[in-house]
Amino acid sequence: MSSASLRMLPPTGRLRRLARGSDPSRPPREGMRSAGPFRGDPGSLRLIERHARVYRHAWLVFVSGVFEPLFYLLSVGLGLGVLVGKVPGPGGQPIPYRDFVAPGLLAVSSMNGAMYDSTFNIFFRLKYAKLYDAVLATPMRPAQVALGEIGWALLRGTIYAIAFTLVMLALGLVHSPWAVLNVPVAVLIGFAFAAIGMTGTTYMRSWQDFDYVILASMPLFLFSATFYPLSVYPRPLQVVIEWTPLYQGVVLLRDLTLGVVGPELIWRAAYLGVLGLAGLYASGRRIGKLLLV
Amino acid sequence: MVGEVRRSGAERGAGPSPRAASLRGVARRNVALSFRAFRCWLTVYRRIWRSSIWSSVLGPLFYLGAMGFGLGSLVDAHGTASLGGVGYLAFVAPAILASGAMNTAMAEASYPVFGSVKWNKIYIGAQASPLRPADLFRGHLMFMTMRIAMNAAIFTVFMWIFGAAQSGWVVLAWPVAVLTGLAFAAPVAAWAVTVKNENSFAYMFRFGMMPLLLFSGTFFPISQLPGWLRLLAYATPLWHGVALCRALSLGHVDPVQALVDVAYLAALAIVGVWAGARTYRRRLCV
Repeated sequence: MSSASLRMLPPTGRLRRLARGSDPSRPPREGMRSAGPFRGDPGSLRLIERHARVYRHAWLVFVSGVFEPLFYLLSVGLGLGVLVGKVPGPGGQPIPYRDFVAPGLLAVSSMNGAMYDSTFNIFFRLKYAKLYDAVLATPMRPAQVALGEIGWALLRGTIYAIAFTLVMLALGLVHSPWAVLNVPVAVLIGFAFAAIGMTGTTYMRSWQDFDYVILASMPLFLFSATFYPLSVYPRPLQVVIEWTPLYQGVVLLRDLTLGVVGPELIWRAAYLGVLGLAGLYASGRRIGKLLLV
Repeated sequence: MVGEVRRSGAERGAGPSPRAASLRGVARRNVALSFRAFRCWLTVYRRIWRSSIWSSVLGPLFYLGAMGFGLGSLVDAHGTASLGGVGYLAFVAPAILASGAMNTAMAEASYPVFGSVKWNKIYIGAQASPLRPADLFRGHLMFMTMRIAMNAAIFTVFMWIFGAAQSGWVVLAWPVAVLTGLAFAAPVAAWAVTVKNENSFAYMFRFGMMPLLLFSGTFFPISQLPGWLRLLAYATPLWHGVALCRALSLGHVDPVQALVDVAYLAALAIVGVWAGARTYRRRLCV
């Protein structure tokens, strides 16, 4: 091996320290200084900028995202709503089915968007595009990659959540001013699932493993009191479902949209937040382990 | 060698006409080569079936549980006169069978076909073999049909177990679902090989699959749709698949309507098979 190529391979100890961001010999670069992994962090902003540039030509995909809630809500309004009639709402009073199901669909779309973004896309970048191998050759660290990816997923999620809420408003499905909180709550749901999804992705071996992603997200989508009230289930099953993450999101959005707001919503939001933070921490560690050894 | 010569000599002498014999030879060669392309996908599948079998088995179970039993309990409590008096489970299960076949078809005919050109380049590699583009297409289509048939068979069995099928005719709903899947798989694969950017598939799923799934009489009868939308629904292939599967599962089949449904779906599949041979040739022959 020539000395030139040897120089290109830093000793592993140094690389490890780099990964932890505590390399004293390296002069801090402009804009990267003193940026902790979870503070407003230019490194992860650069990753978001990179994705924004890549997706500049695919803006129509974003715009067309508005049609998805429109299709769903129309089919519920025209079809299922007529078949189902009224269902017991959060306060126990009967409400039209379309009012019941619309917030649930918003929660599902936040989860699905975040899950797909953080599993399929990240797997592609990890294994095929080798994006993170390139990124980690710069001063960026694994935690920043995790934060940047999740930030990007949330940015997309915000756009979709705003569009969805506006469609709901236009169709007369919003019944309370609390619904302005729909967008941050939808983003919180996205955060939790993006962080978990990303952690899961680091364990994936091939595309075939994504069948397991679908296998995990599909029952959440179908059974988290999205399409019918929890009272449909027998009691033991209700207890299980009350502990699943999407259920928290569905209840949060439904209560806000219908204006039945209580302090227990804070606990539900905290549940999702803790889940997201745990996933963020774990995925940062996993990416470091995968790419920096 | 000798035997072969003698056989071809006998064919030339005793066959109906040399032209028919050579046509038969071409057909036999086409089938043999397509089957070879199919076996390539089978080899791949033998390594990966474990993960996909879980989603093939549990996916339909989840759907039946959530839609048939969960949502069904609400619908049945409200009254099912608009469904023709049958329970919601019996109404929705055959529709999930047909639309599931469409889903499998679109999933297997979009990204895998595109990826065989662009990502893992299976098609490009196969060009070094005697396989021609049309063989690759037909072989891959055989594999898609196999996947559709597997998933539809599993779902039909579940329908039977959970009492969602009200008639023995439901065994015929299985081939109808496969035909529905094929009516989507062949045209979509024919198009997918020409696609230059994978974003096109996002549009297909968003503007093609999603409205079809929601408005083709799957989850509610299309008599509830406004007039113009109902006409549009009648024109979609999924509606024909759903309607026929539902008629078979409920046990009241109108033979004329059934014939129209089958003819429509078969026509789409045939057009797709014809178009696929052309588009594959154009894309893969340089």
